[in-house]
Amino acid sequence: MIGSPDVVAFTKEDDFGDSFTDPCSLPEEFSVPLFAHAANANPWTKTSYAKFSKDFILISEFSEQVGPQPLLTIPNDPKVCGTFDLNYFSLRIMSVDYQASFVGHPPGSNYPKLNFVEDSKVVLGDSKEGAFAYVHHLTLYDLEARGFVRPFCMAYISADERKIMHQFQEMSSAFSKASEFLKSGNRRAFANELEKKLKDLEYTRSVLHKETELQKMNNGCYSTQAIEKANELANVEKSIYEHQDLLRQVTSYPSRKKKDVDFVQHEMEKPTDTDDVTDDTLNGNHSDVADKTVETESESRKSSYTPQLIKAKSAKCFDKRLKTMEELCDASFFHQTLEQLNIIEKSFRGDLCLIYTSQIDRALLNKQRVTSFLFEADRDWEYGGTSKNFSISSNNPTIPILNLSGEPLSLDSYTTCIDVDHIKPGVESMEVPPESSTSDITQETSEAADTETKGSFSSDKSIEAFGGVSPSSLQANYFDGLERKSKVSIASPSEIASSSVAVSQRTSDGNLVPMDAACCIGQDGFIFEEPLPELAQECCGDTVVNQEPLSLLQGDPALQVDYILEESALAESPNMGLTFSDLNTEEVAKINIEDVSDSTSFMSASTSSDRAVSPFTYGSALTLKQKKKAGHSALRFIRQYPFAQQAIFCLLSGRTLVILGVDEGTVRKLVNALFIFVPNLGKYGETVQPWLSSPFQLTDLQRWKLIGLQRAVSPAGSSIRHSLNRYSRYISILDCDNKTLRCPPYKGTLVSHLADHRTQIKRGSTYFLHVQGMLTQITAKAFLYTFCHHIHLPMDINDQGSVTSRRTNFLLQLGYTVEESKIIQYLSELIKQHYIQGTSKGGNQSFCFNYTTSYLYKI
Amino acid sequence: MLRWILGGREAQGTVEKSAALFIGEEQPKNCFTEMQVLKGHFDIVRFLVQIDDLRFASAGDDGLVLIWNVETGDCLFELRGHTQQITAMISYTFIRGRNAHAALITASSDRTLSLWDPDSGNRVQNISDLQSSVKCLLVLDRLDVWLSGGNELCVWNRDFELQCKTVHHSDAGISAMVELPKNFIAAAMDKEIVIFKLSLSGSDIAVMAMRHLSDHRDTIHSLISINDGLFASGSHIGELIIWDSVDWTIQAYEHILWEEPQGDSQSEVKLKQIERSIQHMSSDGEYIVVAVGSGLYVFNVLMKSVVAYRKIAHDSNVLHTMLQEDGRLMSCSEDGSVRMWELQDLPLAAEPASSGFFGMFGTFGRSSKQTGPPAKKIPEVPGLRSLELIGDLIGHSGAVQMFLSFKEKGLVTCSTDHLLIIWKDGELQSQLRSLAVFQKLEENQEL
Repeated sequence: MIGSPDVVAFTKEDDFGDSFTDPCSLPEEFSVPLFAHAANANPWTKTSYAKFSKDFILISEFSEQVGPQPLLTIPNDPKVCGTFDLNYFSLRIMSVDYQASFVGHPPGSNYPKLNFVEDSKVVLGDSKEGAFAYVHHLTLYDLEARGFVRPFCMAYISADERKIMHQFQEMSSAFSKASEFLKSGNRRAFANELEKKLKDLEYTRSVLHKETELQKMNNGCYSTQAIEKANELANVEKSIYEHQDLLRQVTSYPSRKKKDVDFVQHEMEKPTDTDDVTDDTLNGNHSDVADKTVETESESRKSSYTPQLIKAKSAKCFDKRLKTMEELCDASFFHQTLEQLNIIEKSFRGDLCLIYTSQIDRALLNKQRVTSFLFEADRDWEYGGTSKNFSISSNNPTIPILNLSGEPLSLDSYTTCIDVDHIKPGVESMEVPPESSTSDITQETSEAADTETKGSFSSDKSIEAFGGVSPSSLQANYFDGLERKSKVSIASPSEIASSSVAVSQRTSDGNLVPMDAACCIGQDGFIFEEPLPELAQECCGDTVVNQEPLSLLQGDPALQVDYILEESALAESPNMGLTFSDLNTEEVAKINIEDVSDSTSFMSASTSSDRAVSPFTYGSALTLKQKKKAGHSALRFIRQYPFAQQAIFCLLSGRTLVILGVDEGTVRKLVNALFIFVPNLGKYGETVQPWLSSPFQLTDLQRWKLIGLQRAVSPAGSSIRHSLNRYSRYISILDCDNKTLRCPPYKGTLVSHLADHRTQIKRGSTYFLHVQGMLTQITAKAFLYTFCHHIHLPMDINDQGSVTSRRTNFLLQLGYTVEESKIIQYLSELIKQHYIQGTSKGGNQSFCFNYTTSYLYKI
Repeated sequence: MLRWILGGREAQGTVEKSAALFIGEEQPKNCFTEMQVLKGHFDIVRFLVQIDDLRFASAGDDGLVLIWNVETGDCLFELRGHTQQITAMISYTFIRGRNAHAALITASSDRTLSLWDPDSGNRVQNISDLQSSVKCLLVLDRLDVWLSGGNELCVWNRDFELQCKTVHHSDAGISAMVELPKNFIAAAMDKEIVIFKLSLSGSDIAVMAMRHLSDHRDTIHSLISINDGLFASGSHIGELIIWDSVDWTIQAYEHILWEEPQGDSQSEVKLKQIERSIQHMSSDGEYIVVAVGSGLYVFNVLMKSVVAYRKIAHDSNVLHTMLQEDGRLMSCSEDGSVRMWELQDLPLAAEPASSGFFGMFGTFGRSSKQTGPPAKKIPEVPGLRSLELIGDLIGHSGAVQMFLSFKEKGLVTCSTDHLLIIWKDGELQSQLRSLAVFQKLEENQEL
């Protein structure tokens, strides 16, 4: 016998420690930064002493009349802010010296010039208040405002500075989108305003003209009145000219930037290539269209607006009422913005690690498009437009975690940040294959440098301004760099060409979007839910652009890329690759932000009763929430019925399960408990028929994999019984009145892990996650089985037999019994059909079955 | 806590009663593990005709002719034109230019004949002024003509021009025709077989009746050609006659009675009810399978001896049979099932049949009583083998009218429930799908 000391001798750490890598450990890019815990502190205790209960979004304005003032908060609930001093905070966030913007009369120019300034994004913390904020500054045009501009800012305020720092990227793109709505609406409103003003001026001119003529006639040319009038007329003329110029500038916004002095320089640096030529033409057309629509709009407005006599010089007075934000922007755009802000608020709600996991979750799900239809809910609807902006890269461990706790960061550290950033793109450009235009990148660099010198980042002493979190993910890995090459060119700043690149790409998708005059870009971006080129341009203002576009999961080629990824992983070491994806997805399976908010309500629901409302209502999509509630029912089912494993086996192996019963409620309850095990459930649960009171047909078996059937005594009942008899070989019957199950036998560990009646899991949602994890694991195996060449392709033409044996052996090697192999085979068939046919459900589906003996199970 | 019932009271009884008929749910020799249900018809589907390796046509009482792809299950064309039910359908291929063309001829109760092009779905020719509706069609490739049989026999050329026809015969008309050597045609008309001769003089064709063979005592339902030298006919009362194709003499005569052994009074009552009409016959040149009532009868024409039979092969009349190359048989019946049989040597057959049935639900419609497996009762005939059920296909909810085999591509069945079902080998299909997946991966360059 070997005593314990012997064993110890053989298991010295040195022997294994180095070589052994835990196959279950997460790949680095999926890891969530660990909570920096000290002395076993509870991570959930609120360490900050913030005066508000949860994160919120604040919009404030630096009013030229009253100074910084808060306008609104999202959510619009006074309880959220608590005792937090919004006025004070507005003052602080607005007093960050915003970019110098030359509005009004720039030196050397006679006319006012609109500067289409980029938004600036900064992070600032107020350790005294315990508030940390992502601050997004933007300017809106207002004809009556000083210098025609009114500075606004949107701020995401949170007590958790790490959230702000880590989610900077996502916040930046989400807020940029919101800002884009506002600015597009504002440009349109501003153009309208200008046109009205022009009407007024023209009318005034004509009146003045008449009067001057009259004066001349009466008093002669050189009378004081005549001279006054002439001066006034000249003023009006000048004003008209100025306003016309402004109108021209604002309506030709997309093409205008090009002519900007700043950009002309870059133009010269840049070697012209063919792409740009086409872009120019495209762009030209584009702005033509824009102009035309503006013209037609103004045409129509001409009739409706009656001009008034105005004074040539508008008095700068402080008693006039400033326009509200809604007036400044088109109302519809304003509401769009609010909607977007609400989405932002929702998506950043909750703890940082939740946001992380949900982002990783989504990114991984995106990768799994080949198999996700099997068990994953179609979750597009949940995240609205924001989903695409998240990417794994943001979780990259190389993001600098700035420690805000102690001393404020100095300006120096900020500039070094930028410097680092400047070097990086250059490095990257060397790695980028020749086809991506390197010129973009160099230009980007210089642009960033420009911004740096131009912008002044002086900050108040009490404010710690951590301007623009440095991108830093550049050094991440080469793979990213390669993948991003396409995106880099799109996201390259300053030249409008890039925007039209994007436009043309989209139209090639076949989605032609009606473009609106002044706001075309904003809308465009909204529809496509992609980071706009323009956003990227604005990003460059604070040098975030390089980090912004990690397009690994975006666009159509993504699937392809993912597949290659997964394949290569498989090729190297099938098992390893498999466990990777398994475990990751399992780990993060279904956690999302909604959970947190729902969890309390769910707890009450789970304890109250099992009379969950059936999720199958006509035409409505199944929600994750319903599935979680189903998890509770499933847990009950497993505890109650000893043959639950057999029932679940039937569903997983594609054998239609008929739940037969007299009472509709009972049957529906069972259907509700079991539907989470139905593969390829469909968005609306199409493969489940919760209650059927007429005999089913053969085609129904093809369509439905879980059927609730009424047991009736009437003639209808006998025909139902007849169909049950007739198709008994294709179905399993769960009789919920007699508590019996008639189905093929199953004994194995796979489903018993899935549905252990002695499970310690107490809560339905937890169980649901457990199920999801297990199912994901099975799905991964099915994926492996489906896409392994060597087991499916015949060695030569007359090789059918060996294929069959290779397939069976493969499944046995994976550790599945003959019965469990049926599950994998069924899922594999579904994957194949799905892959061949695409998402369209057309075509005549085949119905697979096998000839096995059924047994009758009783409680 | 957990137990299953290994055959309850009811189940045991069932096994005993229909040991020969019920195979149970375990069918290792049945490779059809995938089905595809084809919808398209609005009434009984009666005819299936193979066009080529990939396509087949279906027709029935709704007057529609549908052309399908057997691999995908797609409906390629809907041939509309007939206003009443289809009574006969035949396909043939001809060489025009250098390419082989397929054509489809249909006959309907609306007294029309149509020629269709299955490649375009067009009706190429149509004849609507017929005296009577056509009940059978026969293509003579050798003479490049085709024949239609109704109340009279008409001979048509390729261009749908009537060459000649016989005089009006009787109300019964011609129900079946087979081609015999030397331009002779045998046609079944009620109780008689009439031999016609096609005489060609130049481009003209004349047809005349040569001989009336009236050896059957009841209506002839089935007439098939066995090989170059023999043809067979079967009548309503179970007479099976094998004829010589050249001199039209009787080679063998079998009267299949399906008699029950004496002394069982209960069975004698049954005896009168047992249907013994010969509905269908099929042959591979050596064996001939006869569908007699709900039973099957296998006859060796060379040895002129019974090979095997099964009195009650189905719960209801057998409508169509087929002899496969591997010695297996298929039959379909009004009971809605298709059954597959294997010829086995008797000692094996005497073993009790599958007992793997533990169902809580009995099989459908096992009403006809039977005291025991019939195979056990004829040990005295030397060389007698037994027909063992190796699998059944259940899917249709009405009588299965006909089936059509595409070998490994599958089996198509049509039924009174307006449906067609393609039965396929699931394992093979799965492999084909895998190949398709890898092909698509290659096309998308994702490999």
